[in-house]
Amino acid sequence: MYQYNDFDRDFLAERNAQFRAQVERRIDGSLTEDEFKPLRLMNGLYLQLHAYMLRVAIPYGTLNGGQMDVLANIADKWDKGYGHFTTRQNIQYNWPKLKDVPDMLDALGEVGMHAIQTSGNTIRNVTADHFAGAAKDEVADPRPTAELLRQWSTDHPEFQFLPRKFKLAVTGSANDRAVIKAHDIGIRLLTRDGEEGYEIIVGGGLGRTPMIGKVLRDFLPKADLLPYCEAIVSVYNLLGRRDNKYKARIKITVHENGIETIRDLVEDRFALLKPQFGGVDQKMLKDIEAQFALPEFKNGSVAAFKDAYHSDPVFRSWADTNLTAHKNDDYSIVSISIKKHGQTPGDATSAQMREMAAIAREFAHNELRISHEQNVILPHVHKSHLPAIHARLKSVDLTTANIGKISDIIACPGMDYCALATARSIPVAQQIATRFDELKLEHEIGDLKIKISGCINACGHHHVGHIGILGLDRAGVENYQITLGGDHTETAAVGERAGPGFAYDEIVPAIERLIGAYLQNREDENERFIDAYRRLGLAPFKAALYPEVKADAA
Amino acid sequence: MSKPFIPKVVTANALLEGDVVYLTADDQWSRQLADAEVIEDLAHGDLRLLDGSSQPDVVVGVYLIDVALEDGIPQPTHFREEFRTRGPSNYNHGKQAELF
Repeated sequence: MYQYNDFDRDFLAERNAQFRAQVERRIDGSLTEDEFKPLRLMNGLYLQLHAYMLRVAIPYGTLNGGQMDVLANIADKWDKGYGHFTTRQNIQYNWPKLKDVPDMLDALGEVGMHAIQTSGNTIRNVTADHFAGAAKDEVADPRPTAELLRQWSTDHPEFQFLPRKFKLAVTGSANDRAVIKAHDIGIRLLTRDGEEGYEIIVGGGLGRTPMIGKVLRDFLPKADLLPYCEAIVSVYNLLGRRDNKYKARIKITVHENGIETIRDLVEDRFALLKPQFGGVDQKMLKDIEAQFALPEFKNGSVAAFKDAYHSDPVFRSWADTNLTAHKNDDYSIVSISIKKHGQTPGDATSAQMREMAAIAREFAHNELRISHEQNVILPHVHKSHLPAIHARLKSVDLTTANIGKISDIIACPGMDYCALATARSIPVAQQIATRFDELKLEHEIGDLKIKISGCINACGHHHVGHIGILGLDRAGVENYQITLGGDHTETAAVGERAGPGFAYDEIVPAIERLIGAYLQNREDENERFIDAYRRLGLAPFKAALYPEVKADAA
Repeated sequence: MSKPFIPKVVTANALLEGDVVYLTADDQWSRQLADAEVIEDLAHGDLRLLDGSSQPDVVVGVYLIDVALEDGIPQPTHFREEFRTRGPSNYNHGKQAELF
């Protein structure tokens, strides 16, 4: 993992001291809210529906046990004893008091964390594949690249007032788990003829106008990354629209100007910028890469795992659902579900955080990851430790075996917390999870991605859910639109709207009818919902969602 | 004929805590909607909005909400404001756990 150096520490301490003074001046009345708001947003502090909210970046989703402990301590000391993991690998505290926020930031600074650029029209937290460094299918670890981008983009003087927010995601695998095609810039590590480089995708995004990113460069040599990204963002900074907030993201800039025009402008700018970098960035990257060396993998018998797998059906069910192949055959990647049926997706208590931190230290090379799907990952676990880890997780209620299933739902905070929301999303997720758990259908249904947003801004990624749910305010009443066929992976696609929306108390029965139609129409149990949808199209699902329309037509 | 005036209440968030607050008739900010001054006409609403907004060292984001009177007690008419009176609906925490 990357360790802060003196430069990083000094920068953060100075920045936190600045913000502490700004908070003091706001409280004593020297700053108006209009003056203070942009300052607090630059430091990740929002004012939400019921309280302030502090959004803390977990760069590329990577943290160690000590950092997780501090996240837990902050939750206890200055919040309500829990934190909420988000779809962009951040953690949000929903109840901080204004005067406490500088202390919270100092506590974060002690372990090399911060809330800078988690809001505002800046380059946001750089996200990455949550299996980075561990996945069997990986070409290279995307995190050194993500850390280089983090250092480059943090407090970048040219990019503090972009036309709109700007999000980067990096993956090192052809199987995209970082949703790179729905980011302003998506980056995929690859090799071509033995040379390391990147595929650069630009102009993806969800929100009001969902767009799948387009390839700007199919192969960018490794050494050109920073000047090329700087070229993209500076072209956008000039060309992006500032007249209309809804047309200000780079996806609209690319759409309106065309990818060829953008490419030409970026290449021209890149030619100017490249000589200015002079190789210092590549030297930094080398230093960063050394810090992301793989842990020393342990050799040893995995018999304990095999024994437990054969003798304990509860453990077996969890292992079948929550483990992923590791690049070392004696190891597993463990996904800890933060989606117990009926609970708030992504909410972890301080006790749960501490236990995950302790497990990481004792059994998992002191590494943890936060996924964009709002779960926690132990990326490197020798299989012999799995039964012990399962038992430890059980003690804090974290053994839900539902990764990738119908109850592993992404849900944005929605109107339970968010000031922008038009409807609730968390209770819909809670009810769907509870309902299908009662029906004991979860494992029968198999792999399925339900993603729920409580407004058009799509923090819950509903456009790319196999089943997407969007909560809206229709004449003062919550109303939920369903989209089908979305895909968040390398074959990214925006879902198709199924028809008119459903009232709050109709949405769960509608999902149940939809799943009924899938179970009835699938070829066999190996055909996932999304595959059945692609084969059959909208018609049978629409008929299930709107039976009264069918009855009327008959 | 003009539409009948919908009764209103001035609301905001407290500067220091972020809590949802309502303006009372004696210019205090209460955590409880029941304590709020119910505004019955447009001109008075504009005035009270200005009064609320003139306390930037106490509150943030001052605005008027529609209410309906039930037994003389104001109740929000929009679901967003209902949530603001009691806190998140996913489980019992926030204002509903502390005030009621």
